[in-house]
Amino acid sequence: MSAAPPSIRPAATEPLAPARHRPSRLTARVSRAGAGFVMPFLIAFALVFVAPLAYSLYLSLFRNRLVGGTQFVGLSNYADVFVDPKFWDGALRVMLFLAVQVPIMLAIALVAALAIDSGRLHGHRFFRIGLFLPYAVPGVVAAMMWGFMYSDRVGLTGSLNDLAGFELLVPYTKQWLLVSIGNIVTWEFVGYNMLILYSALKTVPTETYEAAAIDGAGQFRIVRHIKIPAVRGALVIATVFSIIGSFQLFNEPQILKGLVPNLISTSYTPNIYAYTLSFQGNQVSYAATVAIVMGVITAVIAYIVQLRGMRRDS
Amino acid sequence: MKNHTMRRALAAGAGLALAGTLAACGGGSETGGGGGEGATADEIEAALQEGGELTYWTWTPQAEKQIEAFEAAYPNVDVNLVDTTGTAESNQALQNAIAAGDGIPDVVQIEYQSLLQFQLPGQLTDLTEYGFDELESLYTPSTWGAVSQNDGIWGLPQDSGPMAFFYNQAVFDEHGVDVPTTWDEYLEAGKALKEADPDVCIGNDTGDPGLTTSLIWQAGGQPFRTEGETVTIDLADEGTTKFVDMYQQVIDADILCDIPGWTDEWYAALNEGTIASITFGAWGPGILEGSVPDGAGDWRIAPMLTYDGTPVNAENGGSAEAVPADAPNKLLGVGFLKWLNSSDESIEAFMETGGFPATVKQLESDEFLTYESEYFGGQAINEVLAGGAENVVEGWQYLPWQAYANGIFADTAGQAWLGETSLADGLAAWQADNVQYGTDQGFTVTE
Repeated sequence: MSAAPPSIRPAATEPLAPARHRPSRLTARVSRAGAGFVMPFLIAFALVFVAPLAYSLYLSLFRNRLVGGTQFVGLSNYADVFVDPKFWDGALRVMLFLAVQVPIMLAIALVAALAIDSGRLHGHRFFRIGLFLPYAVPGVVAAMMWGFMYSDRVGLTGSLNDLAGFELLVPYTKQWLLVSIGNIVTWEFVGYNMLILYSALKTVPTETYEAAAIDGAGQFRIVRHIKIPAVRGALVIATVFSIIGSFQLFNEPQILKGLVPNLISTSYTPNIYAYTLSFQGNQVSYAATVAIVMGVITAVIAYIVQLRGMRRDS
Repeated sequence: MKNHTMRRALAAGAGLALAGTLAACGGGSETGGGGGEGATADEIEAALQEGGELTYWTWTPQAEKQIEAFEAAYPNVDVNLVDTTGTAESNQALQNAIAAGDGIPDVVQIEYQSLLQFQLPGQLTDLTEYGFDELESLYTPSTWGAVSQNDGIWGLPQDSGPMAFFYNQAVFDEHGVDVPTTWDEYLEAGKALKEADPDVCIGNDTGDPGLTTSLIWQAGGQPFRTEGETVTIDLADEGTTKFVDMYQQVIDADILCDIPGWTDEWYAALNEGTIASITFGAWGPGILEGSVPDGAGDWRIAPMLTYDGTPVNAENGGSAEAVPADAPNKLLGVGFLKWLNSSDESIEAFMETGGFPATVKQLESDEFLTYESEYFGGQAINEVLAGGAENVVEGWQYLPWQAYANGIFADTAGQAWLGETSLADGLAAWQADNVQYGTDQGFTVTE
């Protein structure tokens, strides 16, 4: 709409020149105003998102040494990461964690959301806030709390084992540790995901349910044909959030490491690995590389899940 | 959600690295270190008389009293005390400050095992240029050895941690078990205690790297040698093997509680009397008195357990103070450091509040040796602890990256405490990790 089609105006005639310019000045003014509106966002975005990212990329091209200082090494850190068994050990562990913990957590969240939404639950407000409350507990505090409960000597686990008379629960063993962490994470985030799904359910007009009831649909039919399709979009979002969260697993294992140092290695998750490299090992550049590679893997997997989820939606 | 800690960590790390890069570009070799510096004792004294301001970083609780006394002696000098809370925090803050070239302290507390980490990149002042070599005779040989490596003097010893055997007499008495004096007896006593009460264990250990290296030291091992930029690592030398053979039996006998030190669970067990003994550095009495009130009157201190009755000891922990190469008020810092760790006035203030000195004179003073501790049932504990200082094996060195090495200890060697591997294999794997790291860091590493 800004520039007139050239066909109806003779090219390069003197009086028409201003007319050709006026719309472009308008465009400029419009875009200046627009820029003004987006500038606060852009500045914040550049400072807290683009700059650290660019800086990490820059860092990842160097190598820090106690002898010889910092030197430029090009992409060799990336080549190292791809054949680093410690990195893959952690990356595969969080992928396993993701494959098991996320479906369980989302299934519980979905059941909870449906139950609270059904209107048949007495005190549903209490359940809603009760389920959500763990999310308000800081992750570090939650991990310390569970870490204490898991103790066989002083914690709840010890009491249960005494009651049972044998080693019923062994959360602090190589085999069960990841499950123990999964339990903490599930406890923390079920309520949060429940709330996402619950708010999606709330957007379904009540007329739809009335119509379904008139058509003779029972509660389970309504759940299957109306409610679950209605929350699919929200479920995809919750899944993507959970994938990102799983790949960034840090607080829980890092806190538990203080209690059971030999069970959680310094490369237990990619984030713990990057943390150890940078804060104990003086290898900030390599840590940045690990973080970037893990970020790319996370983005790719989250994107695939989102694409698949959205395709089924349409 | 879960990512904020990591983001912050990365951001902080990024800042640190940027500073490092900039410092590297700037080539700050001219600002500090280099030759031609130094001063005589008179010049140092004159600078202190003239006065000025200096910054001192430490996590010792004794610092305030010492500074009070210092400022009374040198009223023109103003000391800014910064409490760094602990060794890891202090190392990190110092690394940041040096990398940024800003906010560097004039005097800083550094654990003996972290000194090389700062000395090798040229970040500490060689105190030989200030005549500190004359002070050698004041200190125990092991602490002096820790500060004087690589042809220089990089700090003055503040305290020392010769090890001793701390035990709860009441627990041994209750079960009619004799207190061990050798490692063989320790093994037997541990089994006897466990048989008498399965909840009681003679000690606790989940693979503490600090304790492990100290015990290797005691057994005569010298697994780490640093000569400039060449590092030799051999965790299978004679002494280390002697320790491994003994300690593998302790692990296999399952007589240790798998409670990590310094945790709430650990303090609870000590108060309950379910951990019957600990091998600590000489700084141990303060820990027990402060955090294990229920054990008052029950604990005693014996000389370090031996292999064959011959008293041989090692250090565990302990710190020096150093002057960074780029300290803004270097001469004042040097003067303060000299007063802090060699004047009687300062060292006595340090001891009054529970410090265990590194100076021979104080370690041998009657007042110190005859002090009877109420907590330890009236025992003259310093006599035992100071006696232990005399038997410390000389010549021990830590790795230039000991803090990191300790951080990754649990990944490999720590697995031996779980029974997943033997101690010998675990230490070999730890060695491999360290060889890799040292090589990556630009050292020439030989095995």
